[in-house]
Amino acid sequence: MNALTAILRKLGALAVDGLWRAGFMARFFLAVLRYSGQSFRRLPLTLREIYFSGVLSLLIILVSGLFVGLVLGLQGYDILQRFGSSDALGIMVALSLLRELGPVVAGLLFASRAGSAVTAEIGLMKTTEQLQAMDMMAVNPIARVVAPRFWGGVISMPLLAAMFSAMGIFGGWLIGVVAIGVDDGAFWSQMRASVDFRHDVLNGVIKSIVFGIAVSLIAVFEGYDCQPTAEGVSRAITRTVVSSALAILALDFVLTSFMFRGL
Amino acid sequence: MFVCIIHFVQIHPVNSTVSDKPLVRLDGVHFAYGEREILRGIDLTVNRGQVVAIMGGSGSGKTTLLRLIGGQLRASAGKLEVDGQDMGALSRAALYALRRRMGMLFQFGALFTDMSVFDNVAFPLREHTNLPAELIRDLVLMKLHAVGLRGAAALMPSELSGGMARRVALARAVALDPMLMLYDEPFAGLDPISLGITGQLIRRLNDALGAASVMVTHDVQASLNLVDYVYFVSEGRIVAHGTPTEIRASNDPFVHQFVHAEADGPVPFHYPAPPLASLLDNIPA
Ligand SMILES: Nc1ncnc2c1ncn2[C@@H]1O[C@H](COP(=O)(O)OP(=O)(O)OP(=O)(O)O)[C@@H](O)[C@H]1O
Ligand SMILES: [Mg+2]
Repeated sequence: MNALTAILRKLGALAVDGLWRAGFMARFFLAVLRYSGQSFRRLPLTLREIYFSGVLSLLIILVSGLFVGLVLGLQGYDILQRFGSSDALGIMVALSLLRELGPVVAGLLFASRAGSAVTAEIGLMKTTEQLQAMDMMAVNPIARVVAPRFWGGVISMPLLAAMFSAMGIFGGWLIGVVAIGVDDGAFWSQMRASVDFRHDVLNGVIKSIVFGIAVSLIAVFEGYDCQPTAEGVSRAITRTVVSSALAILALDFVLTSFMFRGL
Repeated sequence: MFVCIIHFVQIHPVNSTVSDKPLVRLDGVHFAYGEREILRGIDLTVNRGQVVAIMGGSGSGKTTLLRLIGGQLRASAGKLEVDGQDMGALSRAALYALRRRMGMLFQFGALFTDMSVFDNVAFPLREHTNLPAELIRDLVLMKLHAVGLRGAAALMPSELSGGMARRVALARAVALDPMLMLYDEPFAGLDPISLGITGQLIRRLNDALGAASVMVTHDVQASLNLVDYVYFVSEGRIVAHGTPTEIRASNDPFVHQFVHAEADGPVPFHYPAPPLASLLDNIPA
């Protein structure tokens, strides 16, 4: 009986704590939006973060995109040739990347490469009292530090996802056309004929924007909210990567169910 | 070396209605972190032109007191006024307006690690003024010169020693020529020469700007030569206060223990805890 109440109490505390954090995060999000003006008025602040989050993630995104494309080419050819439709390899590679793999895998990579770095940076600034010092200088740390990093991530993410998809399609083409010998003309013309701009490309872009918002928000929030100790920062980084991955996959399901209902 | 202080540009017009009203006034201020009461009724006054030292044992709430004056924390009871404004009732905008005229030196410097020394000192100027870049450069080099680190302008904070970082932070804190300076242990980790110079610097800055300074410190001897008034904090209360002359002559046991650095006396060295003996039951006598 005692053990049961203890478990119940723990569950209740967890739920209350989770709810409290969710509310706090929502308020934090509103504050970030409210103090975002400076990120656009003083563009260099945000450009710097686009450089750190976006440009410095390029290598891992491009290399991963290439490999995912290579694998898609192999697997796609293997499956499609069973139905005698290996000409459709282009469609399959392009649709998988544009609709799903581009936004999702790029999002996961972005969270672990750039999101964790943002959390670490903000967390360390908090730990070393830099945020407090800034606040004491009458400079709002949310406007000066958090918002530019948030927008830097939001802007970088769709661009990275697009480059991931482009690189993936190139990888699929390398395997399918160059290595295996699928007809080059069929590969591209089938792709061009079947990929719909609104249905496929735009929906993929929307996904990557949503993931960008989610990952960037989680990253800045975890950094800002961390316990100001070495251990607190390391836990915050872990939470950024884990929650971002969960958020991306869950959001992907929700978005997919709205976008592609087999209609 | 200090000649340049005279040239410090006054960026914010000094309040021309300089009154004899105290710049900082605490009246029965209480503060608690959760359940733990840290301050229990602090009365303290800082007048314009004064350098005031707050002394007390480690963990007695000195930093907390400084944060209350800076508006980072809010008192749970009592009245706290800075420049005639009630800190408990200020909006964020009003607080920021007030803070532009305050400088705070953090215990560990709190330099921005992603900026060079120069950019750190330039930060408040760039954020709050529209001065042209050349003027900002001159101002920054002057402030750095005053703390003896003009040659270190291009270094990153990671390349500084702890004491150097604190001096850079001092230059940054005074960049906007504040009316109120808050120093959290400005002398910790400084060698005797830097310590003496920093002490004189704090005094001269204060006098040149017509400002007031509140200084939390452990360094009794260095500060007694420098300040106008001393408050001793213990267990959340002011237990003694007076001018340096009064303090030196005092035979208050608390003050005596502090000034003469004695381990036994009213200042508790231990954080509140059950007696050590009660935890050592398992050890055979
Ligand atoms: N964020 C916090 N949450 C809970 N308790 C805190 C917090 N910060 C400080 N305290 C407690 O408040 C007390 C006073 O802390 P404070 O930092 O003001 O001491 P201090 O006088 O500046 O000490 P020192 O001379 O060592 O810097 C300490 O006992 C500390 O345990
Ligand atoms: Mg302290």
